[in-house]
Amino acid sequence: MAGAEMYPEDLKYHPEHDWARIEGDEAVLGITWWAQDALGELVHFEAPAVGDMAVKDEAYGEVESVKAVSDVISPLSGEILEVNEKAVEEPESINEDPYGEGWLVRIRLSDPTERNDLLDVEAYRVVVAEQ
Amino acid sequence: MELIYEKSQAGRRAGRVPNYGLPVPDVPEALARTSPPRLPELAENEIMRHFTNLADRNFGIDTGFYPLGSCTMKYNPRVNERVSKLPGFAHLHPHQEDEGAQGALELMWELQAILAEVAGLPSVTLQPAAGSQGELTGLMVMRAYFNDRGEGDQRDTIITADTAHGTNPASVTMAGYKLEKVATTERGNLDLDDLRAKVNERTAGLMLTNPSTVGLFDEGIAEVADIFHEQGALLYYDGANLNAIVGRSRPGDMGFDIVHYNLHKTFSQPHGGGGPGGGPVAVRADLEPFLPSPQVVKEGDTFRLERDRPKSIGRVRGFAGPFGVFVRSYAYMRAYGPDLQAMSETAVLNANYLLAELKDDYEVAYDRLCMHEFVLSARALKKEYGITALDIAKRLMDYGVHPPTIYFPLVVPEALMIEPTETEPKERLDAFIAVMKTIAREAAENPELLKGAPHTRPVRRLDEVKAAKEPIVRHAFGERVPTGA
Amino acid sequence: MTAGYLSLTEQDRDEMLAAIGVSSIDDLFEQVPEPVRFAGELNVPPALSESELVRYFEELAAKNVHTGVELSFLGAGIYDHYVPAIVDAILQRGEFLTAYTPYQPEMSQGVLQAIFEYQTAICELTGMDVSNASGYDGFTVAADACFIAKHATGRTKIVLAETLNPQVREVVKTYAPGFGLEVVEVGHIDGVTDPERIAAAAEGAAAVIFPQPNFFGCLEDAPALAAAAREAGALAVAHVDLTSLGILEAPGAYGCDMAIGEGQSVGNSQSYGGPHYGFLAARTDFIRRMPGRIVGQTTDLDGDRGFVLTLQTREQHIRREKATSNMTTNQTLLALGGLVTLAWLGPQGLRELGETCMSLAGYAKERIALPVAFEQPFFKEVAFRTPRPARDVVRDARAMGVHPGYCLGRDYEGMDDVILVALTEKRTPADVDRLADVLEEVCA
Repeated sequence: MAGAEMYPEDLKYHPEHDWARIEGDEAVLGITWWAQDALGELVHFEAPAVGDMAVKDEAYGEVESVKAVSDVISPLSGEILEVNEKAVEEPESINEDPYGEGWLVRIRLSDPTERNDLLDVEAYRVVVAEQ
Repeated sequence: MELIYEKSQAGRRAGRVPNYGLPVPDVPEALARTSPPRLPELAENEIMRHFTNLADRNFGIDTGFYPLGSCTMKYNPRVNERVSKLPGFAHLHPHQEDEGAQGALELMWELQAILAEVAGLPSVTLQPAAGSQGELTGLMVMRAYFNDRGEGDQRDTIITADTAHGTNPASVTMAGYKLEKVATTERGNLDLDDLRAKVNERTAGLMLTNPSTVGLFDEGIAEVADIFHEQGALLYYDGANLNAIVGRSRPGDMGFDIVHYNLHKTFSQPHGGGGPGGGPVAVRADLEPFLPSPQVVKEGDTFRLERDRPKSIGRVRGFAGPFGVFVRSYAYMRAYGPDLQAMSETAVLNANYLLAELKDDYEVAYDRLCMHEFVLSARALKKEYGITALDIAKRLMDYGVHPPTIYFPLVVPEALMIEPTETEPKERLDAFIAVMKTIAREAAENPELLKGAPHTRPVRRLDEVKAAKEPIVRHAFGERVPTGA
Repeated sequence: MTAGYLSLTEQDRDEMLAAIGVSSIDDLFEQVPEPVRFAGELNVPPALSESELVRYFEELAAKNVHTGVELSFLGAGIYDHYVPAIVDAILQRGEFLTAYTPYQPEMSQGVLQAIFEYQTAICELTGMDVSNASGYDGFTVAADACFIAKHATGRTKIVLAETLNPQVREVVKTYAPGFGLEVVEVGHIDGVTDPERIAAAAEGAAAVIFPQPNFFGCLEDAPALAAAAREAGALAVAHVDLTSLGILEAPGAYGCDMAIGEGQSVGNSQSYGGPHYGFLAARTDFIRRMPGRIVGQTTDLDGDRGFVLTLQTREQHIRREKATSNMTTNQTLLALGGLVTLAWLGPQGLRELGETCMSLAGYAKERIALPVAFEQPFFKEVAFRTPRPARDVVRDARAMGVHPGYCLGRDYEGMDDVILVALTEKRTPADVDRLADVLEEVCA
């Protein structure tokens, strides 16, 4: 199961408990430790198709545990370049390593200014504390 | 226990099919079966034993107390089974001409009359196969009504309570409507201010269970009805909890325009391990033309199925509905006669008795008298001892009680939803109270006992994560079966 | 407490009211606002004791003409097949009869395993990978298949063969507006569906649904129809009769994506149209889009095999407005009747059942002195042309104690003189002789 609660400093966060690691004009997306903990052991990641468009603040996929299902909200807009097959094949990797092996998709950013709307780790910790 | 397929022996058999020695016509080669289905091959004796052993691993109302909230698990009288199997009912073909089905049509007509009386609405269709199909039928009737008035495109939203059963939002989607949720107050009533802000000319209607899914009667129901009717919208009554109010209050009198019943809840159709059910729908007079086709009509002393219904939504299932269910439910009603309200009165009495006796040992979600069911919360036990609603449910099994509904409604944390029904004697209720008190003590003194429960069932707790991750949904016959994961 | 099934004595009631802290039943209903209380007595006929009840129901039942008193050749979707005695014996076990959906698997291993075995049987018969625990009937499962196809393909057109049971088409059309689907029907040529016409209609369609055998009893070129659908990128859905699947090829073997149908002919009495069970089976690709319950195999804490409801996140109680269906209550008990019957028949019995029905249909075709409506291979039903309106033929034959079958003119234009005769293993060659004689007399 998952390790201790943790929110890396170098990521940008969305209040729906999603993170983005921005690298140039691309970004890797995933769900936060809080999100995976709230859902419990994940059994399925319903991934988008490569080439689909992720739209900021809208769902691009779903993650499921046995008794719950949750939309995965995109923190940024862009074309899906890659889906993490490991997260599809072994959804428990999302629980075990939400910021590493459990990343979900990689996108090409369509609007680089959107990143200004995202939260830094301090602001996201406030969101978590309010839950 | 072995699967029936694992007991199979090639060449063994039970049933014999008549062979009249007639030549069998050829099946075109391209259409003929190439490899036989691997059905079980057993002697009849062993088939009987297999299913008897499976029955032994199952728990029904006949086995013991079954207070599964929201499911109304009342006694299923065996006389209803007997009459449903009368050859004139069981062996009646649905395409039999109306004149050869007068008894069936009369029964349906009489059943409709009682249902209409209970709802306080004049017109009934018996066709829907279950409550959820009744919901969908009701929403389709709404759409047809608004289309007929030229408001079909304008009215695109259905409002449900945040405490609604999942079937309500799912039905809304299937009917092609948008969903809007309205909040409930701390007393468990619909929030009238929230409602006034949300109901407008785009609203097609409300779907509401009353008493609600937390077992409370909405004290503001008359105002709720006014809010919708003033905007030209309709009110749909989800009859899931009708067992609370039969003969005491009628949805039609509350202002509802469309009502569905669950014959398998309120009127004792046996639940059969998951079904069948029946979900008739009653409507106010001006909605009758939109009800599904066919409808039973009476002309003089004879009955017939009316198929020429130009404004009807059409057909929602095969034939005129689940007739065998009608036989059982009608028999149940006729055993009560005009005293049908005693059924609901006793259901409410039993629920309140349990609530009164348990509220010192468990947190109650709403501190007021309940209707036919009530919700306890294990939130405090979880905080203090790490004991969840699931642990309590599993421990109840060790005491020979079927667990209540858990984790529903979603608005109550660690919910245990308890519905005793009217058919239980006081000794059963007292025994349940004693068990629940014991479990509350065990939670404090020996939480591990609860976490390891059940200890006495044919299997221990099952790995649902494994089942969902790599679904095995059929026997593999020793082959590798593709899974959906 | 004079009537019904209540268990409390007056003394119980008084003690319980006291424990609650109220003085009367009326106090419990205080929360119902006064204007919406019902004060009168329900207008319901007087209560009946059990023996009176049985007598009354016997009188009602006696007003029906059932297939035990009239020699009936009615079919057209519901059939008078034999239901083995063990079916009732098993279905009347209270542990099955009076249980509900197995939400708590440790209490319900019996029904869970039985459903798993049922799912296996349906997959074996249809050649599919996954079956749900049952749908309402053979009509609503067609609407379910459309919902799956819409979401799987992103398309909104549904193609129905006109040779499908008319009520199947009616149900699909009732559901279609809510699903946002457009329905196109493809007519038949001499009683069967032309694959080329299906190919043309399937362009841009989510699914093509066709029957095998079809409503007229004729065998379709099902492999060609499935291929036509799939070439257009539509899902191929076969609506099949379980009693035919000992003889006819499994839909999975000729490329279908889904197989659906009415289960009544295996294990359920006719019961004036219900309750029965619909089956819905699909290739693995669609498992997460299936409606209704699915049982999966797993292990318990000790590593022993057990069964649970699985993939529940598809369902309404979790996914709510995004669920694959609103279904809760299904037809488990009827499906259990199907499983028991299939076990009783076994593979050999199922094949023999199909052969006997088919041989009787062949005998009827030969023996009845009326032209067949369609010169096609058939399974257990044959359509005949009558020299008088079929309705009148039925009326006159019934007066002689024989119901010769279903009037296709009820559903199809230009078929007012066509009667559909169904043969099950419960009819004998002598019964067919009698039918032939009666038809000869009333058609003269």
